[in-house]
Amino acid sequence: MSLTLHDVKRVAMLARIAVTDEEAAAYQQQLNGIFGLIEAMQAVDTTGVMPMSHAQDVHQRLRDDTVTETDQHEKFQAIAPQVEAGLYLVPRVIE
Amino acid sequence: MINASLKQLAALLAGKKTSSLELTQTYLERIQTHNPVLNAFVTLNTEITLAEARAADARIAAGNAAPLTGIPIAHKDIFCADGWRTTCGSKMLDNFIAPYDAHVISQFKTAGMVSLGKTNMDEFAMGSSNETSYFGTVKNPWDRNAVPGGSSGGSAAAVAARLAPAATGTDTGGSIRQPAALTGITGLKPSYGVVSRYGMIAFASSLDQAGPMAKSAEDCALLMNVMAGFDERDSTSLERPAEDYTRDLEQPLAGLKIGLPREYFAEGLSADVGAAVEAALVEYRKLGATTVDISLPNTQLSIPVYYVLAPAEASTNLSRFDGVRYGYRAPDYTDLTDMYQKTRAQGFGSEVKRRIMIGTYVLSHGYYDAYYLQAQKIRRLIAQDFDAAFQQCDIIMGPTAPTTAFNFGEKASDPVSMYLSDIYTIAVNLAGLPGMSVPCGFGANGRPVGLQIIGNYFAEAKMLGVAHQYQLATDWHTRMPEAQ
Repeated sequence: MSLTLHDVKRVAMLARIAVTDEEAAAYQQQLNGIFGLIEAMQAVDTTGVMPMSHAQDVHQRLRDDTVTETDQHEKFQAIAPQVEAGLYLVPRVIE
Repeated sequence: MINASLKQLAALLAGKKTSSLELTQTYLERIQTHNPVLNAFVTLNTEITLAEARAADARIAAGNAAPLTGIPIAHKDIFCADGWRTTCGSKMLDNFIAPYDAHVISQFKTAGMVSLGKTNMDEFAMGSSNETSYFGTVKNPWDRNAVPGGSSGGSAAAVAARLAPAATGTDTGGSIRQPAALTGITGLKPSYGVVSRYGMIAFASSLDQAGPMAKSAEDCALLMNVMAGFDERDSTSLERPAEDYTRDLEQPLAGLKIGLPREYFAEGLSADVGAAVEAALVEYRKLGATTVDISLPNTQLSIPVYYVLAPAEASTNLSRFDGVRYGYRAPDYTDLTDMYQKTRAQGFGSEVKRRIMIGTYVLSHGYYDAYYLQAQKIRRLIAQDFDAAFQQCDIIMGPTAPTTAFNFGEKASDPVSMYLSDIYTIAVNLAGLPGMSVPCGFGANGRPVGLQIIGNYFAEAKMLGVAHQYQLATDWHTRMPEAQ
């Protein structure tokens, strides 16, 4: 399997990473090299093997439904790119 | 003083032979002298550092010191530390001042250890040579043409060059063990879940684990006593009784059965590394251990599996860097999507972008079963290999890395050849087992070689003992690069 230039641009779009045509061509070559390595997995018969998502067989802990966080929005927003009146500013979403 | 163990430093402090302030200033001066060349540290904050040293001295004077109070420690710049710039080696977080402490940081603060500074690393911990850092490469103190390994390369170089008595690291596919090997220091990646990931900037959450990097196994044991423990803020932190990681240091090794995976001594291992590891095994036999050949048949598959699972998790974790709440935002953009795309294109380096794209692809519609699910299934086969191996032996040994430190630029242009250099470390992360690297000699080019020790789940204390007994009988871990 190998990725086309179109695949690379589509993946970059899904990942929200702007790429120029030149960069896309370079990524195409590198990603195909990496997928060449990954392809070795396809030869393995994994019929009946349970996927392992985690190193430890743990269950999610439950906690009491009480407030544990304190209000630190001023501290957190002090490092934001753009804020106003306690709100994070982004470009207009709905015209 | 710079070659003293943590235990010796603690004794000097307790006996008022030195103060934390004096000790800290010694290291700050060494950093000033050597860091312009080595680039091991990316951020210093002498005001905070010296205030912590004074507070430690007050605590020692008041008689309520903990075992490591007053000893400085360097932190990998992946750990959020309140008031400290925390960059994760990325332009994306170049201006990020962490508003809180990671659990690991607060554990060391509670213990009274002094934060010496933040160490350089591969961007978002993605790399094996420290060449992907936005803040420039770290030089290997043994040879400035050589990489220090990665991703915890700054921490490794800092300890090797004696710019810090100890450091923290994180290991997702070998990022503590491989740089420890390449710089001739001792490093431990604990079992998954033993050290809290809270406040540690996430790369691949099912694999990431923090651990100590220091001059010896004894030092690592003392540091583990501070780092390890349950933390409810990490949903994968394990609720286990507290352990004393120094408890097995004096255990004799008679009867220890060491498993040697034949896949770790096969083609690809350079002869000089193989010879140093064999010599270490001779030493272990002298100490009363026996060796047995074992097999980890799916070793070769660990790399493809890792390069599906780690990028998949990374693409999800790194979606939070979007220029909205913190970090970098592109200066010019037309709309929201354009802002995201330009922010991420400009804020991330090329290795990070490659991995985000791999992850995005393998998780995208139509490919999930063929890549992600298949990788998770083979991950189980890899973990089962270790289960079977530990039926035949107490501990596994082999090389940490196939070669000694390589030169700058040697693998940087070819991601695949870089990835292959983690062949002996990755499987340990996939299985969630503890692994460590211990210096065991030098290669043909005079660069250090690391012996890898892999234990069963939660066997850290035993592994530290196995390493300590070797370090009592040998002096590789006391060697220091000449230029320093």
